[in-house]
Amino acid sequence: MAELGIAGVSKAFAGQPVLDAVDLTVAAGRLVALLGRSGSGKTTLLRLICGFERADAGCIAIDGQVVSNAAMLVPPERRRIGYVAQEGALFPHLTVAGNVLFGLPRAARRSRQGVAELLDLVGLPSAYAERWPHELSGGEQQRVALARALAPAPRLVLLDEPFSSLDAALRVETREAVAAALRRARATALLVTHDQAEALSLGDEVAVLRRGRIVQVAAPQRLYRQPADADLAQFVGEAVLLAGQAAAGEAHCALGTLKLAAGMPEGKVEIMVRPEQLSLIRPPAAGQAVGHVERVMFYGPAARVALRLRAGGGVGLVARLPGHLAPPEGAEVGIAVTGEVAAFATGAGMDAAA
Amino acid sequence: MAASGAGAPARLIRRKSPVLLAAATAIAVLVLLPVAATVIDAAQVSRDEAAELLWRPLVGELLVNTVGLAAATTVVTAVIGTLGAWLVERTDLPWRRAWGALAVVPLAIPPFISSYAWVSLTPALQDFTGALLVVSCAYYPLVYLPVAAALRGLDPALEETARSLGRGPWGCFFGVVLPQLRPALLGGMLLVALHMLGEFGAFTLLRFRTFTTELYAAYRTGFSGPGASLLALVLLGLCLLCMAAEFRVRAAARYARIGGGARRAGARLELGWLALPALAWFALLVLAALGVPLGMILYWLTQHGNAATTPAGATLASLADAAFASVWLGLAGAGFTVLLALPLAFLAARHHGWVVTLLERAAYLTQGVPAIVVALALITLTLRAATPLYQSAALLILAYAILFLPLALVSVRAALLQAQRSLEEVARGLGLGWAAVMGRVVLPLAASGLGAAAALVFVSVVTELTATLLLAPIGTRTLATEVWADTSTLAFAAASPYAAVMAVLSLLSTWLLARRFGGGALAAAG
Repeated sequence: MAELGIAGVSKAFAGQPVLDAVDLTVAAGRLVALLGRSGSGKTTLLRLICGFERADAGCIAIDGQVVSNAAMLVPPERRRIGYVAQEGALFPHLTVAGNVLFGLPRAARRSRQGVAELLDLVGLPSAYAERWPHELSGGEQQRVALARALAPAPRLVLLDEPFSSLDAALRVETREAVAAALRRARATALLVTHDQAEALSLGDEVAVLRRGRIVQVAAPQRLYRQPADADLAQFVGEAVLLAGQAAAGEAHCALGTLKLAAGMPEGKVEIMVRPEQLSLIRPPAAGQAVGHVERVMFYGPAARVALRLRAGGGVGLVARLPGHLAPPEGAEVGIAVTGEVAAFATGAGMDAAA
Repeated sequence: MAASGAGAPARLIRRKSPVLLAAATAIAVLVLLPVAATVIDAAQVSRDEAAELLWRPLVGELLVNTVGLAAATTVVTAVIGTLGAWLVERTDLPWRRAWGALAVVPLAIPPFISSYAWVSLTPALQDFTGALLVVSCAYYPLVYLPVAAALRGLDPALEETARSLGRGPWGCFFGVVLPQLRPALLGGMLLVALHMLGEFGAFTLLRFRTFTTELYAAYRTGFSGPGASLLALVLLGLCLLCMAAEFRVRAAARYARIGGGARRAGARLELGWLALPALAWFALLVLAALGVPLGMILYWLTQHGNAATTPAGATLASLADAAFASVWLGLAGAGFTVLLALPLAFLAARHHGWVVTLLERAAYLTQGVPAIVVALALITLTLRAATPLYQSAALLILAYAILFLPLALVSVRAALLQAQRSLEEVARGLGLGWAAVMGRVVLPLAASGLGAAAALVFVSVVTELTATLLLAPIGTRTLATEVWADTSTLAFAAASPYAAVMAVLSLLSTWLLARRFGGGALAAAG
C-alpha cells in the first residue's frame, strides 16, 4: 500500500470553480477522512483521484507514479485503485462472489479463490458468497463493495460517503466493520464524508475541505481541540465563542481566566470553548462566573443546557453535561471550565471570511 | 383472497363490486372470442386432414419466410436500436438531442407506408433483403426506446466501479452495461418479432409471402374455413410463443437499482474522431427510416401529371371522404376501446387475486393476436351467428377495440394508479361519498392518462390497415385502404395524397402525445 500525493489540483464545472489549488498527502497505510459540507468539492476531488474526471490543473500521484497532470491522464482501470461508491454499486447481475472477484484476472475468477477470506475480512460469513445483491441489507452491500475493492490488492482505497445511505444503527456497525477491514488490510485509504463524528472517529487524520480549499489537515483530537478558525470550530462540533484577551498562555474573558493551549495567538482574540468543557456548580462559588439556566434539552445520557451570563452583557452559552447533572431551568449556576481552550486572533486575515 | 380482505391494502372499497367483475369478465371473454373461434374452427379438421394441410411445401416455405425474416429483423433492429440508444445516451455525439428525437419518429409512420415509399423508389426491394431493410427501418424504435430508457436509468457508479477494478471501456460495456440492458433489449426484440409475425400490409407491398399474406390471399380467393383456420392457428402459436417469452423476460427483470439515492448523469464517452462515422451512421439511419418514406410521398405528390398507372386520380372530395372516414373511425375506436378498458383497469388497479390477474392476462393476450386472425375470425363468427353485423361499422370498431385494448389498458391502469388510494381515503374522511370521490378526485387525476390512452388508440386506428381492409363496410374508404388499393395497382402517385394526409395525421398526433405525456407514451405505443 502506497502513498497518495496531490499538488495544486484545481477543477471548475461550467466556469464555477469547485477545487482551488488543493494539496493533500496520504501516507502509506493511513486512513485520511476528507471532511466537507455538501458542495465543498470533496466528491469531485475523489473522482479526480479515481480518474472519472479530468483535473484542470495540478498533479496527482499514486505510489510515486503520476496518474494525472497537465500532460496526461491515466484511465481509472490502470490506476490500481479500489473504489467504494456511495451505495456500494454492486453489480445486480452478479452474485456476491461474482462481485467480489470482478476485478481479478480470469483465472482467479474461475477458481473462485479467496472469496471466503475476503468476506471474512469485511466480517461477513462465507455462506454469503452465493447470495444476490438485492438479498443483502444496505450495510452488507457496503461490506461486499469494500471486499470487491480490496480484492485486487489496490494501491489506494477511495470511499465516497459509504455510510450516508444507511440508517443510524446500521451506520455505526458498518463503520466499525469497514474501519477494521481497512486496518487489517493495511490499506492506504481516503474516505469522503460530511459527517463530523464519522471523520473524527475513523480517520487517522482529517482533512477539511471548504469551498474548494483544504483548510486544515490534522489528527482528529487536534482538529477538534485546536481548529484553524472559528468557522471550522463550529463545523467540527458545537462551540462557545467569547471575546477576550490572550497573554502568556492565559486567556481572560467573561468566564474568567482560562488556560490556553500551546501555540495560540496573543492579544485581542476570540476564545473557543467546547460545551462539554463547561461544568455547572450549584450554588455558585465566590469569584465564579454566574449564569442563568434558560433551557435544558434532556437526551437521556446527556443534556444540553442553554445559559445566559449574568455579567459581561448577557452573553449566551451552551454547556453539555452528563444527563444526571442537568440543573433545573431557571436556576443560577456557577460556571467552571476544565481543560485548555483555543483562541483565534480577531480582525485581519480570517479565512472564514474568504 | 380478495373477498376476505383482512390486512390487504384495500380498506374502503374492499369488495369487488359484482357489476364491475361481471363487466370485466364479459370484456375479457369478448376480446378472447376471435382466438377461441380460430381454435374451435381449426379443431374441426380431422387429424389426417390437418397433417395433410400442414405438411405441405407451402406451409414450410411460409414458415421459413416468416420465422427467417422475423429472426433476422429482430437481430438487425437489436443492433441498430442499441447502437443508436448508446450513442445518444452515453457518448458526446454532436446534436444528440435532435438525433434522439428523430430516432423515434419512424414509430409514427406505419410500416406499409414506408414499404409503399421504398417499393415506389425501386421494385428491386421485393425480396428477403429488401424486406429486411424496410421493416428494420420501421421497427428499430421498438428496441431503441426501452434500451435508451434503461441506459438513462443505469447507475453510473456501476460503470465507474468496473473501471476502477481494471476494466477498460469495452470490457465495461460488455461486462456491466449489456447485462443490465438485457431485459429492455430482449423485451424490445420480442416486441419486434411479434410485430413482424402480424405484419401484413408491408409484406404484401414487398411481395414477400408470409402467413399473413397467405391468409389474406386465401380469404380473397374464397378458400376459407378450417384450412385457413389451421394456418391462422400456426401463426397464432408463433405469436403466443413470443408473448410467453416476453412475459418471462419481464418477470425475470429484477435488475433494478439496489437502493435509491442521488441519481447522477453518467460521464459520456468522448468519441473523438469516431464522432464522424457515428454521425454518418445516424444520418443514414434517419435518411432510410424517415427521409425515404416522407421524401417519396412528397415526390409522388408532385407527379400527378405523368403518373404511370393512375386509375382514378385522387380528387379533393375523395381525399376529404377518406380522411373523414379515418378520423371518424379513429375517434369511435378510441372512445369504445377506452370504455372497455376502464372496468378491467379499475379492477387491476384496485384489487388483487387470481381472478383479477387472470382477467388482466386474458386482455393482454390479445396483444399477441395478429390483426388478420382477429379480422378473419370476426368475419367467420358474424357470417355464422350474427349476419346483420357483417360488414358493419360496429364490427370494425369492435375489431379495433379487441386489437388495441392492451394498449389502452396500460395507460388507463397507470392513470387510475395515479389516483392513490390514500387520496381517496382523505376525500372520504372529508365527508365525500363514493360518487363524489370519483367525480372530484379519481377522474380529475386520471383524466390526462385516459386522454393519452384514447390518443394512442386513435393513432393506431388511423394507421391500421389489415382489419380495416377486411372489415370495412362496403363503400367505406379510409386513408389506409385508399393507399393500399392504389399501391397494389402500382398507382403510386394516386396513393400519395392519402399517404401524405395519413402521415401528417399520425405524426401530428404522436408529436402532441409525446409533448403532452413525454416519451414514455411512445414506448407504450410499441
